[in-house]
Amino acid sequence: MQSSSDDLRSASTTSAPRAGVTGFPIVARHDISDATFILEVHHPLMARAARAGQFVIVMSHPEGERIPLTIADFDRELGTVTLVVQAVGKTTREMQQTCHVGTSLHGVAGPLGQPSPLGTARTVVCVGGGLGVAPVYPQARAHKERGATVIGVLGFRSAELVFWEDKFREVCDELILCTDDGSAGIHGLVTDGLELAMERYPDVGEVVAIGPPVMMQACAEATRPTGVHTVVSLNPIMVDGTGMCGGCRVRVGDGVRFACVDGPDFDGHKVDFADLRSRLTRYRGEEAQALAHWEHTCRRAEVAAADTSELPTPTGA
Amino acid sequence: MAAKRTIRTIPAERTPVREQPAAERIGGFEEVSLGYDEVEAAREAQRCLFCADTPCMRGCPVSVDIPGFIRKVSDRDYQGAYETIARTNLLPAVCGRVCPQESQCEAVCTVGDSLEPVAIGRLERFVGDLAIANDWASRPFIPPTPHRVGVIGSGPAGMACAADLAKAGCEVTVYEALHLPGGVLRYGIPDFRLPSEVIDAEVANLERLGVRFECNTVVGRLFTPEQMIEEMGFDAVFIGTGAGYPTMLGIPGDSLGGVLSANELLTRANLMQARDFPVYDTPIPLGTHVAVVGAGNTAMDAMRVCLRLGAETVQCLYRRSAAEAPARAEELHHAEQEGVEFHWLTNPVEVLDDGQGNVGGLRCQRMELGEPDASGRRRPVPVPGSEFVMRCDQVVFAIGTNANPIIGQTSRLSLDKRGYLRVDEDLATSMAGVFAGGDIVTGAATVIEAMGAGRRAAAGILRYLGVRDESLPYDALGEPVFGIAPHEHSFVRLRVAETPSTHRTAVTAR
Ligand SMILES: Cc1cc2nc3c(=O)[nH]c(=O)nc-3n(C[C@H](O)[C@H](O)[C@H](O)COP(=O)(O)OP(=O)(O)OC[C@H]3O[C@@H](n4cnc5c(N)ncnc54)[C@H](O)[C@@H]3O)c2cc1C
Ligand SMILES: Cc1cc2nc3c(=O)[nH]c(=O)nc-3n(C[C@H](O)[C@H](O)[C@H](O)COP(=O)(O)OP(=O)(O)OC[C@H]3O[C@@H](n4cnc5c(N)ncnc54)[C@H](O)[C@@H]3O)c2cc1C
Ligand code: FES
Repeated sequence: MQSSSDDLRSASTTSAPRAGVTGFPIVARHDISDATFILEVHHPLMARAARAGQFVIVMSHPEGERIPLTIADFDRELGTVTLVVQAVGKTTREMQQTCHVGTSLHGVAGPLGQPSPLGTARTVVCVGGGLGVAPVYPQARAHKERGATVIGVLGFRSAELVFWEDKFREVCDELILCTDDGSAGIHGLVTDGLELAMERYPDVGEVVAIGPPVMMQACAEATRPTGVHTVVSLNPIMVDGTGMCGGCRVRVGDGVRFACVDGPDFDGHKVDFADLRSRLTRYRGEEAQALAHWEHTCRRAEVAAADTSELPTPTGA
Repeated sequence: MAAKRTIRTIPAERTPVREQPAAERIGGFEEVSLGYDEVEAAREAQRCLFCADTPCMRGCPVSVDIPGFIRKVSDRDYQGAYETIARTNLLPAVCGRVCPQESQCEAVCTVGDSLEPVAIGRLERFVGDLAIANDWASRPFIPPTPHRVGVIGSGPAGMACAADLAKAGCEVTVYEALHLPGGVLRYGIPDFRLPSEVIDAEVANLERLGVRFECNTVVGRLFTPEQMIEEMGFDAVFIGTGAGYPTMLGIPGDSLGGVLSANELLTRANLMQARDFPVYDTPIPLGTHVAVVGAGNTAMDAMRVCLRLGAETVQCLYRRSAAEAPARAEELHHAEQEGVEFHWLTNPVEVLDDGQGNVGGLRCQRMELGEPDASGRRRPVPVPGSEFVMRCDQVVFAIGTNANPIIGQTSRLSLDKRGYLRVDEDLATSMAGVFAGGDIVTGAATVIEAMGAGRRAAAGILRYLGVRDESLPYDALGEPVFGIAPHEHSFVRLRVAETPSTHRTAVTAR
């Protein structure tokens, strides 16, 4: 009864696992290092709706956890969104092994969170460290698109781990690379890079800092004396991502906010980072247990596979 | 013909329902109440006097024909009983389990004036379960209408609305933010009270009616209600997004490790199946001594989940007295049986730090009841000098929820001061073609009220679309919908015809 393919009203806006449609297809994957990989997921509506600063909740399989990942890029024409994942624990390491072109993710919900309030500053510094390099890209691009002068400051451990340098150069008027060992750019932390940028551009009106909580806190401290508005993107543990559980609550100023619906971007000068850090360690025991369980099952599967490969071909019933 | 039943001829005692013994059941998530079998149902059905003035029907928010269905149970016409209920209540297996019958139909049952009231809820569940087992809900051909309606949220309000619209021939798509449909029935109410198979069966019934469920779709963020009407070709939209935004108490120490909302605990345990961690990946924080603040259904569910996950002690704190506890009577009773310790007239004032950022105890204060407040209940006031420390290593807040903010943040719909959607008597919102109902309009209420709202909105939508189906039992509300009288059907037809089809199909690129 549904009409021909040009009647787009019958098109699915999402893939519903219940309807027997198999999830959200992965159409490209690049590995940047042995811990970081980039996935491009086909989801045209998401690509159309996504704005800088938003994230998705991903469930890689039906028994999986719902994990938040920033929308690091989106292509409205190709209908894809880009996720950059660091394999740190059970879910992300499992995704590193199982997510390939041709497979799909069980659930992708979003774009969640408030789009970054881009402000009107004429000069903006975008700082990304560790996990935060990819998420800061759409913000740098959005600031460029609205006509600001954008200075990128990116931190990596060493030269081999540098990625998206070209992408950033396209949207930044100046790019400052910082490495822990000095093998590329300046030898130092992103805070050193930030300091350099602030010296060179006295008219900086906004700083965007994304990365591990310690790094964001250090950047906020660096700008506090001059009072330059500093936006940080918080990454508390989340479950639903729709404001329903309160697990993602963070302390900002005098109040409690839910990062998934009120954030994830907040004023870095008002965030209680100590609270955020302590809440992030809440599940350490369970995380270790999940990883151990998974590694154990993987080993068992490998052993089982090895066993069957040695079995003689069965002859008759 | 049998002699007329009177209060003296019917069985005096209510037929008890078999339950898993408390000691056994807290080891797992199997359903506690085992429900009636045929013999038990027949016996209980004999207790109904078939009163002519049907007070029970007036006690039911959706006016189920209670004497009608009980008569059919008496006659062993179970399918007939199901059809009688299904005329007004599409989810009898759910409502039989979770409705607060003691304050609705059973509260006004004539038998209850002198004996225990008829166990209407248990009979309803009996019929609902038989319907699922025998697939009575499947519907044959429904003549299609040209209308497409989008439903946002798959809780009881959304499901009831979708069912009525599908039965009237509309093409219905339900968008759900989470990865599974059901709303609170799925993520909040645990399996030992409402098994997920019951929800799956009800969802499958809707799918058979032609309703499509699209999960992982956060409306407001992926697309807005405005876009659904203006760009995606929906003729009308229903919003049933619930009131799931949890309140934290705002007392010192409430962000310490081990403090969480009941919603988080229940979502992890139910929706994410953390009780089967590490087979399922989502962990759940487990305390040995748990304090739960609040005494509603949510608090009862949270406490009983904690017991099942292995907590040694579970204590319930409520600032009013037992008489004011909002939970269903049966849930309170079950919680007590399973070993929950109740502290009435007790209020937490501070969560104590164990020195490592985790809960080390809960400082509390005794209360007494003072003057009645705005709600007519006597207001609890602190007893001076009554502070004490309760031993616990986990604190769960079950003190209520607010409107989910996403739709409000992302659309032009008119909201009230507290963020709930504003609607007229037909449940129409401030935007033409967009209707709303359930907890997102009333604030946290009950399953049956949400379903009733979903059905009322469906009736409003059908009137708005100009669809008339005499077989549908909707009230002909005389009030105009935003200035358009219900009988002016041609209005909608015009609106639909005016929209060029190219415009209507422009968006859903895939
Ligand atoms: C808004 C938001 C955006 C995010 N964007 C990205 C992204 O673009 N790319 C990416 O790789 N990760 C991102 N994260 C973090 C990512 O969600 C976590 O790394 C992931 O949930 C870890 O799951 P796991 O099972 O693999 O590891 P787990 O076993 O759960 O944890 C392993 C380690 O990771 C740490 N960890 C766990 N959860 C988080 C978290 N939410 N944030 C930071 N560290 C965490 C733990 O402290 C632990 O030490 C984001 C988080 C949020 C809240
Ligand atoms: C733990 C608990 C126990 C309860 N026990 C009982 C009981 O025993 N008896 C009883 O009668 N009542 C009970 N209630 C209350 C009852 O469940 C609710 O009143 C009822 O579920 C409200 O229905 P609803 O359809 O309005 O919303 P919900 O059931 O809350 O459903 C709303 C749905 O909309 C989805 N949603 C939200 N925002 C969006 C969006 N932007 N886009 C798409 N989808 C969205 C949500 O994910 C959710 O699935 C209980 C509630 C809780 C929390
Ligand atoms: S993740 Fe549940 S409320 Fe934010």
